[in-house]
Amino acid sequence: MTTPSVRRNRRTTRILQVTGASAAALLAVSACSSSDDSSGGSDSSSASASSSDKLSGTVTVFAAASLQESFTTLGKQFEKQHPGTKVTFSFGGSDSLAASITGGAPADVFAAASPKTMKIVTDKGAAAGTPATFVRNQLEIATLPGNPDKVASLKDLTNKDLKVVLCAKEVPCGAAADKALTGSKLKLTPVSYEQDVKAALTKVELKEADAAVVYKTDVHAAGDKVEGVEFPESTQAINDYPIAQLKDSKNSAAAKAFIALVRSAEGQKVLTSAGFLKP
Amino acid sequence: MTSLDRTGAAADPRTGGPRRRRAGGRNFRGAPLPLLVPALIGLAFLVLPLLALLVRTPWSDLPDQLTSASVWQALRLSLLCATAATAVSLVIGVPLAWLLARVEFPGRGVVRALVTLPLVLPPVVGGVALLSALGRNGVVGQWLDSWFGITLPFTTAGVVVAEAFVAMPFLVISVEGTLRAADPRFEEAATTLGASRFTAFRRVTLPLIAPGIAAGAVLAWARALGEFGATITFAGNFPGRTQTMPLAVYLALQSDPEAAIALSLVLLAVSIAVLAGLRDRWMTAS
Repeated sequence: MTTPSVRRNRRTTRILQVTGASAAALLAVSACSSSDDSSGGSDSSSASASSSDKLSGTVTVFAAASLQESFTTLGKQFEKQHPGTKVTFSFGGSDSLAASITGGAPADVFAAASPKTMKIVTDKGAAAGTPATFVRNQLEIATLPGNPDKVASLKDLTNKDLKVVLCAKEVPCGAAADKALTGSKLKLTPVSYEQDVKAALTKVELKEADAAVVYKTDVHAAGDKVEGVEFPESTQAINDYPIAQLKDSKNSAAAKAFIALVRSAEGQKVLTSAGFLKP
Repeated sequence: MTSLDRTGAAADPRTGGPRRRRAGGRNFRGAPLPLLVPALIGLAFLVLPLLALLVRTPWSDLPDQLTSASVWQALRLSLLCATAATAVSLVIGVPLAWLLARVEFPGRGVVRALVTLPLVLPPVVGGVALLSALGRNGVVGQWLDSWFGITLPFTTAGVVVAEAFVAMPFLVISVEGTLRAADPRFEEAATTLGASRFTAFRRVTLPLIAPGIAAGAVLAWARALGEFGATITFAGNFPGRTQTMPLAVYLALQSDPEAAIALSLVLLAVSIAVLAGLRDRWMTAS
């Protein structure tokens, strides 16, 4: 009775080997392995938008990774308010999203984590109208649960015994942390400059690092896996989040309505409960 | 791959098939069109993106980009870590391949599948797995930390570990394949003449499968050099300590795409130089 299954197992193994070997060849040539958070966004079925009075069709929203939780909630609200519509999201780093948009990715709305990344889109004339700031985000220190190292200020992070991770200066959260640190004339040598804010937070969640400088919203989203410590210097590096409708939008009416929802009192309530500040 | 051709030819006497020399020196006239056309498309598919990189290279800025100290720091670290990871893979990977090829044990198929798993695993998953095992708070790592004070994340050793994890399967697969094709009767003859099994492995098997080991080592080295996901997840990113070239390229892409292209070009040139150089020396030598 076991023989066929054993044989099948062997065959699977062999298939695995063969795929492995061909994958080997491919990988060796490409020499690249970043397979995470691809922000393709090519799966959006083009919106129909035939009637003018009633909204319908798909709205494709490209939004910064930090907006994932709150925008998903807002998307569900939008679909409930306008039956027949569908909101699809592509969350990712603002820079790579901006690059996809200028590269011709089909999107209706772009919500960026910094004016700098929005500027990439507006400079190429890909935005319709002027972007509007809809929320702001402030930095916070994330420490291990219970704050065992008694971190109370940004200066405490300069302690050599602490393993601190920062975002790389190339990405918005790293630029903001750098601004706060230089503004307060503190010199901080982290163990790592992480590629994005979630990666920095993960290192604390996994207890590999003792502290990280991340956004308030990320500390909020991590729940009780980390503990947040506010620091006054963070006011020197507050990030504005701009949102804009895109020029190539195929569903302009629905895109406008989604942006209106985000900026409405209702939308702001969802966003502030996630830790964002009002603009 | 040439090494496979050769071992195939070596296996011929056992099957009693006609012994053939390696087919070389044939020209395109012999190739049927249904094979030639897809082959050329395949070649274009693999080479075109690399040529595009050359087209997009900001040649005038290149000298400035390449003389910056940070580039050399990242390149040096990349070469160092890839070589160390290959050395680690050789020391533990060759015996593992021997075990898989020569020793019958229950569950061998499963073990072989597990060994090849890092090949198909997304590298980020590999990084997370390494953190769970060897991180400061990991299953094994917490003991390393409390007993010996060793923590691997955020260290150069961590980069080597991450690269070896991802690259070693290439070596194991290559060496195991060569071992399976090599005639075990040579080893048996050695043992009947009084050599211990280890001596037979050292004096007979190793020289016999040297081309396969070289091919596997080159593949593993190249894979380690390009490793990104597991490295940035497990070892982090700190210039001079854990920032290898792929990490530097990725971060440059966030702020300065032209710099990223220039850095990619350096990595490409180094990879081509080493792969081509090693192939000529070891993989085609008879």
